Amino acid sequence: MPDPGEIELNRRALMVAAGACAALPAMGANARSQPAPVGTPVLADVSFSVNGQQHALAIDTRTTLLDALREHLHLTGTKKGCDHGQCGACTVIVDGQRINSCLTLAIMHQSASVTTIEGLGTADNLHPMQAAFVKHDGFQCGYCTPGQICSGVAMLDEIKAGIPSHVTADLTTAAAVSEAEIRERMSGNICRCGAYSNIVEAMTEVAGRQG
Amino acid sequence: MRAFTYERATSPAAAAKAAAGTRGAKFIAGGTNLLDLMKLQIETPSHVIDVNGLKLDTIEAAPEGGLRIGALVRNTALAADERVRRDYGVLSRALLAGASGQLRNRATTAGNLLQRTRCPYFYDTAQPCNKREPGSGCSALGGFSRQLGIIGTSDACIATHPSDMAVAMRALDATIETVKPDASTRTMPIAELHRAPGSTPHLETTLAPGELITAVTLPRPAGGTQIYRKVRDRASYAFALVSVAAIIQRDGSGQVALGGIAPKPWRVEAAEAELPRGGKAAAAALLNGARPTRENAFKLMLAERTLGAVLSEARA
Amino acid sequence: MKFDTPATQNPIDRQTVVGQPRDRVDGPLKVSGTARYAYEQHDVVPNQAYGYVLGAAIAKGRVSSIDLKSAKAAAGVLAVVTAKEAGKLGKGKRNTAKLLGGPEIDHYHQAIALVVAETFEQARAAASLIRVDYATGRGSFDLEAAKDRATKPPDEDSSPTDTSVGDFSGAFAKAPVTLDQTYTTPDQSHAMMEPHASLAAWEGEKLTVWTSNQMVDWGVTDLAQTLGIPKSNVRLVSPFIGGGFGGKLFLRADVLLAALGARAAKRPVKVALQRPLMINNTTHRPATIQRIRVGATKDGKITAIGHESWSGDLPDGGPEVAVQQTRLLYAGANRMTAMRLAVLDLPEGNAMRAPGEAPGLMALEIAMDEMAEKLGIDPIAFRALNDTQVDPEKPKRPFSMRRLDECFKVGADRFGWSRRSARPAQSRDGRWLVGIGAAAAFRNNLVMKSAAWVRLDANGIVTVETDMTDIGTGSYTIIAQTAAEMLGVGLDKVVVRLGDSTFPVSAGSGGQWGGNSSTAGVYAACIKLREAVAQKLGINSTEAEFADGEVRAGNRNMPLAQAAASGPLVGEDILEYGNLDKTHQQSTFGAHFVEVGVDVATAETRIRRMLAVCSAGRILNPKTARSQVIGAMTMGAGAALMEELAVDSRRGFFVNHDLASYEVPVHADIPHQEVIFLDETDPMSSPMKAKGVGELGICGVGSAVANAIYNATGIRVRDYPITLDKLLERMPDAA
Repeated sequence: MPDPGEIELNRRALMVAAGACAALPAMGANARSQPAPVGTPVLADVSFSVNGQQHALAIDTRTTLLDALREHLHLTGTKKGCDHGQCGACTVIVDGQRINSCLTLAIMHQSASVTTIEGLGTADNLHPMQAAFVKHDGFQCGYCTPGQICSGVAMLDEIKAGIPSHVTADLTTAAAVSEAEIRERMSGNICRCGAYSNIVEAMTEVAGRQG
Repeated sequence: MRAFTYERATSPAAAAKAAAGTRGAKFIAGGTNLLDLMKLQIETPSHVIDVNGLKLDTIEAAPEGGLRIGALVRNTALAADERVRRDYGVLSRALLAGASGQLRNRATTAGNLLQRTRCPYFYDTAQPCNKREPGSGCSALGGFSRQLGIIGTSDACIATHPSDMAVAMRALDATIETVKPDASTRTMPIAELHRAPGSTPHLETTLAPGELITAVTLPRPAGGTQIYRKVRDRASYAFALVSVAAIIQRDGSGQVALGGIAPKPWRVEAAEAELPRGGKAAAAALLNGARPTRENAFKLMLAERTLGAVLSEARA
Repeated sequence: MKFDTPATQNPIDRQTVVGQPRDRVDGPLKVSGTARYAYEQHDVVPNQAYGYVLGAAIAKGRVSSIDLKSAKAAAGVLAVVTAKEAGKLGKGKRNTAKLLGGPEIDHYHQAIALVVAETFEQARAAASLIRVDYATGRGSFDLEAAKDRATKPPDEDSSPTDTSVGDFSGAFAKAPVTLDQTYTTPDQSHAMMEPHASLAAWEGEKLTVWTSNQMVDWGVTDLAQTLGIPKSNVRLVSPFIGGGFGGKLFLRADVLLAALGARAAKRPVKVALQRPLMINNTTHRPATIQRIRVGATKDGKITAIGHESWSGDLPDGGPEVAVQQTRLLYAGANRMTAMRLAVLDLPEGNAMRAPGEAPGLMALEIAMDEMAEKLGIDPIAFRALNDTQVDPEKPKRPFSMRRLDECFKVGADRFGWSRRSARPAQSRDGRWLVGIGAAAAFRNNLVMKSAAWVRLDANGIVTVETDMTDIGTGSYTIIAQTAAEMLGVGLDKVVVRLGDSTFPVSAGSGGQWGGNSSTAGVYAACIKLREAVAQKLGINSTEAEFADGEVRAGNRNMPLAQAAASGPLVGEDILEYGNLDKTHQQSTFGAHFVEVGVDVATAETRIRRMLAVCSAGRILNPKTARSQVIGAMTMGAGAALMEELAVDSRRGFFVNHDLASYEVPVHADIPHQEVIFLDETDPMSSPMKAKGVGELGICGVGSAVANAIYNATGIRVRDYPITLDKLLERMPDAA
């Protein structure tokens, strides 16, 4: 990466799109020819599916996947706790993998398949992990909960796929589901209400049922 | 975050050329560090080059018997790779000790090497910081420095490099491959990637403008007992106070690098002669010349004891 | 309803719904992501704009100039609000520092501007274009340095600053066994997962805010006061709250700035405090320095006990009441407590989960262990020896209930206390030095008046409305259980609507008073509704039994819904308290047990087991109450081992102001946790015979951890958090 210290940043020049490419159809000629107000958004097109539904957005390049979900698609089940990858409340599943949606740009996910909490189940028809959270009271305020659940669903898949963790005793064999494995692997999802003990019970039950 | 234009790079050389030819350009891969800093106005690119499509995401056998890891291999994939788990356990362990499952799913090999310090003053744009704003001063000196560096630092900056992965790679003698804007490529030992802060802590690497890391190559497996021990306040999802990456052979010889204490993965090859004599002697040689602050002086003893524990474990 | 005599038999005692471990009624909404929090109200008003807050870059001084030109000219910007644009503002009586600073700056990251723009990205970018010049003033930021300048703060009704009984100094001087130690606790942050967030919309003179606030009526009152508008023009809605812990008790900058921004932009505006701003912008639990002196006879009877605490706050702020529990917890004829307050120019100190007792017990319960060791008495036996059934400062005033000894006995049994070695540093498991520790939990039970109305419709649906909040405590559920029990219907027939200032004013959520007080208010309203139903059905309400969806009197059985056949019936009441909390000391008690391992090489401490035994009146819902307690135990573990706001005493701010650098416990830090509730009811507390439990759970955890670390290592640390650097030098050789 170029070192920021070696490249002079020019606030007025930020619209000069030397590297603009076909990904920027929404950026009109006007923006190139005249000095635009500082911070004029650069719009770009992106399309991806969320919970099985296709969405095409012309979106500010700065918009995170999290804000695209919450503010553009009004899928507010995914939470903004810190916006800096420090809490896990924004966890969603993209192409099968759990990620922090706050630390990725919406435009980086062309053709991706995104699953959010709303895609796992509904209040009337809960996903087994959601139901287990209710049964074991794996939450209190509920704000970290969608992130915990999305993370937990993908986490159990990671164990199944043989991905090791920090607490896996032997790297050369696949880890089995255990409370210690769940705790370590879920540590990127902070619950300040402190429902951890119950969350681990909920996940252990779901893992057991999956066999 | 200032507005930026965005492009998807089509080849590594084209990406490097675009980065060198565009004012305020930055590569984005995992984005887990860059976007964090962009939101805080610490990184302010006006053009972002997305390199995720560059197909640098494979791990293959290197001709000399090692492994060649693409720059875009995600931390999770690298840690889970069977060859890495079998032959480079210290690397797998280091990766798994870092960040969280979600972050490891996005973070890339090259991005991890290039992540910036977690010094809290670097993160607060209201505070002077020579790394963020050259010449403004170092707030950490005389401030809250418990997490910060004890060796290899300077009067201008006591920040640490936060990576776990890089510490293991340093112990493993990895080499870095890059492509430059003129499409030429070069390799360098990982030891040469990060600069000492000196009076220019804003210059963190020896990469030229636009130069793009394309791969990291590990030499032939070193064997031995491989251990990565990370010491931190909370049990997970925290940066190291001290970490030790060690490859220890049956005869007690080995390679050791430390994390959490310096602006770069800390390894002193000459000190490794002391390894057979135990943690105390090896730590003394490794940490010779350390200049801790009052708040982080404990890291000297912690490093010594952690190294001692790692050596005991390797012997056992 | 006035509650001024102890409760007798009432419908709650049936415990067919109340007291049962029911799942949360709002659970399906929360787990499916359909519970809407403050920032997520897309459908309540159209055309919402985004606000972004700029915080002061200095701790104390003045804004000498502020240049808004670039920000105002930036793309998408609709308005920029500063103190100048806002004009004259009042200050809510519960706020110490102004919520919108400038030109005077009272603390770091005090809000000085709000940028309103069409999009979040535009508002954030424009905020970075505001250029501010400051004239930095001198401030005081170091509690230790300011300690000698601390003064005696004014007495408050509920909590005098100093107390004294007998002759403390004489008795302490004469005592054969004494302890005189100083303990410190750091500044801590609530760090709730949902940032403070608000959406504000004006309609003429009327303002509605959707926000995240524990105390709806306080919020309305202080917002009206700050804006200088009638309270009747303000509506505040707070249906779901993503954690508070005291951090959302008060009006905060997000609400005020959203309201000002909406006025300036002539559009609804929503504002969330960005996480890196929250810690210095909002309130925190203040640090304390505590000196504890205990004198005892050789056989372990305390003859003198003294507790002094120093803390700091902004001018006109208050002390951390860390001596509170020492006035009540142990016997001793000669006693004193005192609090001193230093002026500090750090951000505002205020309530965080169990203010007073949480940091106070972190000190006192180490002191009790240290004293027990000096006496050569088991720490639990030492506590039992000094138990008191009366307020030791006012011996004519009994506790309404006090079963602390039983908590310890049950816990000791369950946890295997008898296997603990009295000599420290005796147990090892691989690389871990293992120890166990215990501590008393104590938190006063506060009662607050609370109102509700309850409506019965022709379909037999019972709707409860009150401005009570659910901050994760389970209010929705226990209120539904209360109404279901009182009216003899299933939970599926009860609808609970909370957190709206158009509903009757409740106790709100704070000080662990919410559960008992708000359900007592609902109880009172249900009594009114029962009377209305009985009257409608032509029966005597005192003879009527409400069960299974029916009303029974003598040999008559009528469907409850029949009473509302010709129109809904409403019962509305407020439950107010007499002086039972004056004649009797009402407190909650518990015992914490913790097992730790301390890494023999690195001195990293990890908790292996945790148990709490609680005595807290009727447990309205054992499932949600248990969650309260394990959550509090988790926060207590954080306080013991990692949580500390690092003060930069040169620049006057908390340096680690995000969730990466202010570490709170993660999954891997917390083992399986066990909670036992003693089976009891306390008729002095309310018709519910319940007491608070959500704060009890944190009280004492820190010292149980500290005592366990001592038991594991023989190293006594009196300075929280107990991080490895404080143990390392005294650790045994690792090999």
